[in-house]
Amino acid sequence: MEKANEKKILGMDQHDLSLFMKRYGIVFIMVGMFLILSVSSPNFLKINNITNVFSTVALNGVLAMGMVFVITAGGIDLSIGSMLALASTTIGIVLQATGNIPLACIAAIIICTFFGLLNGLLIAKFDMFPFVVTLASQLVIRGLGYVISGGYSFALANPKFSKIGLGKLWNAIPYPILILFGITILAFILLHQTKFGRYIYAVGGNINAATASGVNVFWTRVGSFIISGFCAGVAGIIMTARINAAQPNIGIGYETDAIAACVIGGTSFAGGISTIPGTLVGIIIIGLIYNGMNLLGISSYWQTICKGLIIIGAVMLDTIINKKR
Amino acid sequence: MPEKKQETNNIILDCQGMSKSFGGTHALKDVTFQVKKGQVHALLGENGAGKSTLMKIIIGLYKADKGTIFFEGKPYQVNGPAEAIRAGISMIHQELNTEPYLSIAESIFLNREDVHGKSPFLNKKETNRKAAELLRQFDFNLNPKILMEELTLAQSQMIEIIKAVSCNARLVIMDEPTSSLDSEETGRLFRTIRNLQSQGVTIIYISHRMEEIFQVCDSYSVFRDGVFVNSGELTEVTTGDLISMMVGRKVESVFPKVDCEIGEVVFKVEGLSGKGFRDISFEVHRGEILGLSGLVGSGRSETMRGIFGMDPLTSGKIYLEGKEIIIKNPRDAINKGIAMINEDRKNFGLCLFRSLRENVSLPNLRKLHKGTLINQNKEKTEVRDITGQLRVKTASIEADAFSLSGGNQQKVVLSKWLMSKPKVLIMDEPTRGVDVGAKSEIHALMSKFAAEGMAIIVVSSELPEIMGMSDRILIYHEGRLNGEIAREDILNGTADQETILAKEFGE
Ligand SMILES: Nc1ncnc2c1ncn2[C@@H]1O[C@H](COP(=O)(O)OP(=O)(O)OP(=O)(O)O)[C@@H](O)[C@H]1O
Ligand SMILES: [Mg+2]
Repeated sequence: MEKANEKKILGMDQHDLSLFMKRYGIVFIMVGMFLILSVSSPNFLKINNITNVFSTVALNGVLAMGMVFVITAGGIDLSIGSMLALASTTIGIVLQATGNIPLACIAAIIICTFFGLLNGLLIAKFDMFPFVVTLASQLVIRGLGYVISGGYSFALANPKFSKIGLGKLWNAIPYPILILFGITILAFILLHQTKFGRYIYAVGGNINAATASGVNVFWTRVGSFIISGFCAGVAGIIMTARINAAQPNIGIGYETDAIAACVIGGTSFAGGISTIPGTLVGIIIIGLIYNGMNLLGISSYWQTICKGLIIIGAVMLDTIINKKR
Repeated sequence: MPEKKQETNNIILDCQGMSKSFGGTHALKDVTFQVKKGQVHALLGENGAGKSTLMKIIIGLYKADKGTIFFEGKPYQVNGPAEAIRAGISMIHQELNTEPYLSIAESIFLNREDVHGKSPFLNKKETNRKAAELLRQFDFNLNPKILMEELTLAQSQMIEIIKAVSCNARLVIMDEPTSSLDSEETGRLFRTIRNLQSQGVTIIYISHRMEEIFQVCDSYSVFRDGVFVNSGELTEVTTGDLISMMVGRKVESVFPKVDCEIGEVVFKVEGLSGKGFRDISFEVHRGEILGLSGLVGSGRSETMRGIFGMDPLTSGKIYLEGKEIIIKNPRDAINKGIAMINEDRKNFGLCLFRSLRENVSLPNLRKLHKGTLINQNKEKTEVRDITGQLRVKTASIEADAFSLSGGNQQKVVLSKWLMSKPKVLIMDEPTRGVDVGAKSEIHALMSKFAAEGMAIIVVSSELPEIMGMSDRILIYHEGRLNGEIAREDILNGTADQETILAKEFGE
């Protein structure tokens, strides 16, 4: 398979080229950005900066790894941003009460997964639009974050816990990167090598054919939201540890970045098409965009505008490259 | 390019040196294709021969890599179906592309809606009136306001036909228009074709049903693997000649049914009722092939969908191997060993943008497991095996289902269910759009599986298929069973096509 592709690159005709670009074009964009940034900014290639890129990428990456399941199954999850806040306040409460770090982490993951389950059940059981359901449930979830924290942010002052977000393995590899790495591998196996992953593709690709093939459409859809909730919980832990505080107002707009990473990585909004490696590349590209804009000294207001434009550009590119009849 | 002026009086469509490739697949290689004015011209070839590709080039859906087209003597090039219709060419597509939420009338007059005077406001009344008139012309008793999603596959197909014919085109392309029609509707189409022909309209007719070709066509062209093979008048050839031109070797066109021992009752239904069928009872034995015949809409497919858990049953009992079973959804059915090939491959058979491999293994993943993971090597081997047996023509098993020709897509759907080796196999129009060679291949496989003890229920609108393959034929009329014919009766001549048709019409 790989070999055949390599051979074709040389004497490639137009169709081969477009097929090739469809599959690997995004990798070229990433490499191109890498090259441009390393030429235009002397600080870019410094080890410090690179680890920085990756650890900021980690948070968004974990979210995107959950989001890709939802979008592939034909849905969307707008509630993950507020799940970050709920995870954060949950951790704060549990840590204050018990000081038990694993317990706090597990509680955060459980509560986010639970809301993922709830999203999924509502959507699959009553056949409601994922967009609308999660748009609404996001309010509930964020409100709950405010309720359990009493509306306050509080510092955790727990250096051991903050290590999860800021510490490094062997003083070199930040833990968030390791977490992203682990989640990516799990996601890869789940989506590309298990029955469940196939069902996700089938449900997103053609829900009628999936039903007629005996796929449990209901639990497949619910499952995608559970995964998204789980990933939001994990990301919530990283984020809370990084800021070392429990805050009910964090995470606003994080779903945008996660969705953008998926789309840039070749996930089709129509469902049924995506890959985990592609999503990872999408995540890194977004990280490079942020980092590049910082290095080039673009103000944060303009960064927001650029981000929006770049997402539009990516979607446009996706529709042009993947043009289907 | 050579001057073609002299011949224009005679030849309406002249395609010279057409080539088209998709990636590594050469769908057309330097093909010549000519059609004489006023004729019904048959375009023949195996699945994947390039027939649909050439037709899509003609109406501007694809761009040819090379080649020139002359239409009515003038160089012809269009950028899409709308332009083609304006130039005088319309097409009935092999794969239906209906908009589910449009009404019949809206669907027929899509892109040429009536408006009030010169205003932008739609004149729905006029559109509905014109649609109703067209439907009447075709003896098609449907309200033009019904939504397309409520129609069966065959009804949608008829609407497509009406739509293409009502464009007042001078050349109408029909890409397998009858693949989901019954004998009555086919007859209606043929009358339409003759009618059009008498008005001077030229028709290109693509079909894998050889008997139709000789009934309705005047001349033919044959393609094989993207290459032009031959053309001529149909009066000068036999079915056998055409088949060997298509396949390049001798193929049995008769169905090679192998009789095998018929065992105990495996599957039985009692008093089944649901939307479109009432009080259906029958049983199928081990090793038996049970044929269900009837007009489209007589309730055959509806019964099968009900049994398979796709539509609710209002009453009735289902027994498998003597025990009563309850089927709430297709998953229940599959888990109990019942499989169903749906007649509508596009909506219920395939995930078009996933690979052939994933499509075939979807209902079979439970058997392809190694621990929690899919055993990818086993998957590839088994998928290659079954698609090879059915001669699916594809660049690789990783190709998108979308990129296959219609008949090859059908073979993928067959592969997926044959691989599951069920106890009871329901086949609704199993050979829809499949070429002659592959058809006898599929029939041979059916015999083989029956011999291995499978119970098979076949629904087919093609009488020769039903008569050739079935051990027993049940005939539907308006939602009820209206008679049974045994294989012996057909073999010894006490029953024939006429007997079945009479029963289909309620005798
Ligand atoms: N969009 C596409 N992308 C890639 N390959 C394609 C595409 N469309 C057609 N092909 C390939 O081109 C070849 C010719 O296909 P075509 O649909 O013209 O066959 P056909 O003669 O109409 O067959 P059938 O009788 O099965 O309808 C096939 O090998 C098919 O796989
Ligand atoms: Mg075709």
